[in-house]
Amino acid sequence: MTREEIIKPENLVYKKTSVLTDNVMHYCPGCGHGLTHRLIAEVIDEMGIQDKTIGVAPVGCAVLAYNYFDVDCIEAAHGRAPALGTAIKRLYPEHFVFTYQGDGDLAAIGTAETIHACNRGENFTMIFVNNGIYGMTGGQMAPTTLKDMKTSTSPYGRDLQTMGNPLKITELIAQLPGALYVTRQAVYTPALARKCKKAIRQAFENQKLKQGISFIEIVSNCNSGWKLSPIQANEWLEQNMLPFYPLGDLKNNK
Amino acid sequence: MAFKGTLLINTERCKGCGVCTTGCPNNCIALSKNVNKKGYNYMELINEDDCIGCANCAVICPDAIIEVYRTKI
Repeated sequence: MTREEIIKPENLVYKKTSVLTDNVMHYCPGCGHGLTHRLIAEVIDEMGIQDKTIGVAPVGCAVLAYNYFDVDCIEAAHGRAPALGTAIKRLYPEHFVFTYQGDGDLAAIGTAETIHACNRGENFTMIFVNNGIYGMTGGQMAPTTLKDMKTSTSPYGRDLQTMGNPLKITELIAQLPGALYVTRQAVYTPALARKCKKAIRQAFENQKLKQGISFIEIVSNCNSGWKLSPIQANEWLEQNMLPFYPLGDLKNNK
Repeated sequence: MAFKGTLLINTERCKGCGVCTTGCPNNCIALSKNVNKKGYNYMELINEDDCIGCANCAVICPDAIIEVYRTKI
């Protein structure tokens, strides 16, 4: 059977969703952001909510996320995506709102907004991409940077005595009464990516219940910041990030 | 029941990260020696006969450049 005989519309198994635009993503090769974008876009496509979804783009590597989602998007000031998400969801309660943030945005400058939006139990979905580093600005140490992890501002590794402990913000949020669904996922293998998509789907479905916030942490790589090749970065993630940030649901009150 | 699959790779958008190779069960996809307009070595289907159209490569591709087709044989 030749290639031409297989390539027919009825045999199509997988294709880029139309909710993602045709713009070439600016992310580094192998970055988990692109995959996370696609999973969100696929969920929006499958739920048929493209015209009712509003995204909030962060400051960080995903600052241009609105170029890639074919849904209405708004750009938030650094760390303030949950505040904007709150406003949008309260003005348009029947719309689906998601915020998309990295760890420098959500867990550092935006900690107050994050904690309070989750504690109030706003009905939107928060996507948190954790790669343990400030990727966009040149690989500086973030609150989520692991112990002894080398970054451009901790070249001898993160010393807990002087630089403090890594912040597990997802565990913090799981304790808050306003959080309905809190989970930690990863996207570096096909199986985990499929699982992550199910979690994102549930987080969007939860918005119909109006019972609280859905928070998804995605442990991702930063091969440029970690100074590794994309495949090595995924291996490093599995060996170092996952023992400290274990995968799974932390809270599911649905 | 056996499946036969094939891939349509948008080579101009490929950044050659190679993450798709880690998902492929039959090592059907590999870096090409050629480069695209942006200067990246792109991914190409090498063992076309072994591809079963599992779509693992497409699911893990960060840039959503792979289309997968599958048929029963």
